[in-house]
Amino acid sequence: MSFITINNQQAVPLKSIPELGYDMFYNINTSLLEDHAERHCVLYFGYRDSGMIRLICCVADDNLHNIMVSSSVVKSDSVLNSFSAKNFAFEKFEREIHENFGIEYPDHPWLKPVRYSENRFDKSQIIKNYPFFSIDSEELHEVGVGPVHAGIIEPGHFRFICNGEQILHLEIQLGYQHRGVEQLFLDKTKLIQRTVLAESIAGDSAVGHTTAFAYLMESLGGLTQDKETLFSRTLAQEIERIAVHTGDLSGICTDVAYQLGSSVLGRLRTPIINFFQEWCGNRVAKGLIRAGYNPFPFNKHLAEKLTKILDAFEPDFVEMNLELSKLPSSLSRFERTGTLKYDQLLSIGTVGMSARMNALNRDIRISHPYGIYSEVDHEPILKHHGDVYSKVQIRKQEVLQSIAYIRKWLSQMAESDKLPELSHPQTILMSPDSFAISLTEGWRGEICHGAITNKAGELLVYKIKDPSFHNWLALALSVRNNEISDFPVINKSFDLSYCGHDL
Amino acid sequence: MYHQGKQFIPDLRNANVPGIFTGRPEISSEKVDEKALVDCCPTGAINSGPESIDLGKCTFCRECERLFPGKVHFTTDYRLATNERIRLIIKEGLSVPITLNPDLIRKEIHKLFKGSLKLRQVSAGGDNSCELELNACGNVNFDMGRYGIEFVASPRHADGIVITGPVSKNMAEPLQITYDAIPTPKIIILVGTDAISGGIFEGSPAIDRKFIEKNHIDLYVPGNPVHPLTFINGVIDLLGI
Repeated sequence: MSFITINNQQAVPLKSIPELGYDMFYNINTSLLEDHAERHCVLYFGYRDSGMIRLICCVADDNLHNIMVSSSVVKSDSVLNSFSAKNFAFEKFEREIHENFGIEYPDHPWLKPVRYSENRFDKSQIIKNYPFFSIDSEELHEVGVGPVHAGIIEPGHFRFICNGEQILHLEIQLGYQHRGVEQLFLDKTKLIQRTVLAESIAGDSAVGHTTAFAYLMESLGGLTQDKETLFSRTLAQEIERIAVHTGDLSGICTDVAYQLGSSVLGRLRTPIINFFQEWCGNRVAKGLIRAGYNPFPFNKHLAEKLTKILDAFEPDFVEMNLELSKLPSSLSRFERTGTLKYDQLLSIGTVGMSARMNALNRDIRISHPYGIYSEVDHEPILKHHGDVYSKVQIRKQEVLQSIAYIRKWLSQMAESDKLPELSHPQTILMSPDSFAISLTEGWRGEICHGAITNKAGELLVYKIKDPSFHNWLALALSVRNNEISDFPVINKSFDLSYCGHDL
Repeated sequence: MYHQGKQFIPDLRNANVPGIFTGRPEISSEKVDEKALVDCCPTGAINSGPESIDLGKCTFCRECERLFPGKVHFTTDYRLATNERIRLIIKEGLSVPITLNPDLIRKEIHKLFKGSLKLRQVSAGGDNSCELELNACGNVNFDMGRYGIEFVASPRHADGIVITGPVSKNMAEPLQITYDAIPTPKIIILVGTDAISGGIFEGSPAIDRKFIEKNHIDLYVPGNPVHPLTFINGVIDLLGI
């Protein structure tokens, strides 16, 4: 067997992952993706193991609902054939392996730094000297934006090559938000420290990342979740989806100078996040989700509050979106702006909402269901134009879809009011020499956390992959041949995470 | 949209926050296992002899309240901002609101900025939750623009800098460059636990807090993330409105 097949949120012994020679590892993983759009690489990383580098590659199959894992051990000064030469979906993973370990990939199409991490192999590479692709021309000019941006937004640098107003090329340089999260997961050993860290990976996806973390810790600890915990976590994820999509629609209206849309959608976000505050004391749901127990069980009282809030929210939200979609001035900014074709999205391994904007069906809620998603007949919302308007439509429809799911779940809620548990585990004992992977569908797309334990049951490696890891390249490609003045609205329509990428 | 009604909160100083907002904690004098209490905090915000919680390090995770419910209780008091670092340390037995020290407020702040304060925000490793809440400060519900406070696009137009995040190494220089571009007199506001003490990132070699350590800070706003009412009340207290 050249790979082991596991499920989402399953832990397996590390030695059950077949160790292949690099040529076979290369052939297997690149051919798995060839002509199979339903397969995508969810995690591919390396770590130091007895003076060598062990590479682990996980390819998910959305139709078969499983994940194929294989590994290979290479020398730290290796020069290897690049998977990306055959399939671009691997390109950023290999850039990260190169940045962390110095492994060379001579035929990699674009071996550039990823995030200037603290533990990068070549410390002489510094963020000031990023090797931008540049053009020497009398007719073209370069525009540099960032790291500090005009609004209240995270830092990142965008280097455009423009011909007058038209963008020919955009290169996005990240790394400014790097805080050393993956190393901190190993250094901070208390469960509560790791939980707070998981909540802080990307604060706007606190539910998505903390849920992935919680399921991962529980599968390594051999714990199962009771129905109420699964329900709470799934409900929280959908509320987060509604809250962020509403906020982003407000931001998209700001970027096309539609003041009414911006104000109304901005204020519509408030009751949703205030509900999180009712539930757990925090507007972005930090503190709501914990590994091993459910600190804030949902109850009938909260269900009534939530129903009232959704009853007031939904008609106002629908009304504002109807106004927005009837307005020729906003439509002309949204339609055919920042378009990407299906083949482009597939070739670079886009995930989540950015993939669904042009018919690439990637949604962990149906492909690798967890929580109580398997009880809902979830149909991902797919659009077919791949432009800003497709994303606006997806956001609006996902909000309405999430509201429908929540209403259904609330109507089926059990009668009993569970009180908060009086005791909770402060540690989770993890099985030694194990590997586990946990995928969740955050509002941007698929979040992946992977971990390996050592023979003492302590964390040896903790790997995080935010959906933005894949999708930043989609943004860079989508602005080509658009006007530079359309860049803000294209950027906001994606709304990717800088800190989730930089860790 | 007229039927949606008036959206602004009329009185920001006395607004009610719905639910169980994790605000200012109170510590009772109940005797507990001190070592366990100190150890349970993820960021070492709790000290013993007598017990205290440092809100500059507290991530508001409620772990101490959960393990020692008779000892620690988080109220819904959102007025948490202050201009003196030591006032963020909540001592055992005290249940007084957190206030600013008027003697430490520079005269030019009242004189020049009371009617209009333009701020430049820099996210130096922030996880985007404080940034979302700072954006909310300007929305139609909280509307801090009514006091003449707003965020501007260029540091050259600004009167002060608002920092979120622990200050990652890669952002240390851009932060300094942005601060240098702001004309004097200027103020520095730290928003969020990560900015005030590094939060859960404290100790990471990938952060560089020299800027925060060597500059005078005019306002500390605790929270994880900071509630818009905490921020706005802190700033209007600083301005003397």
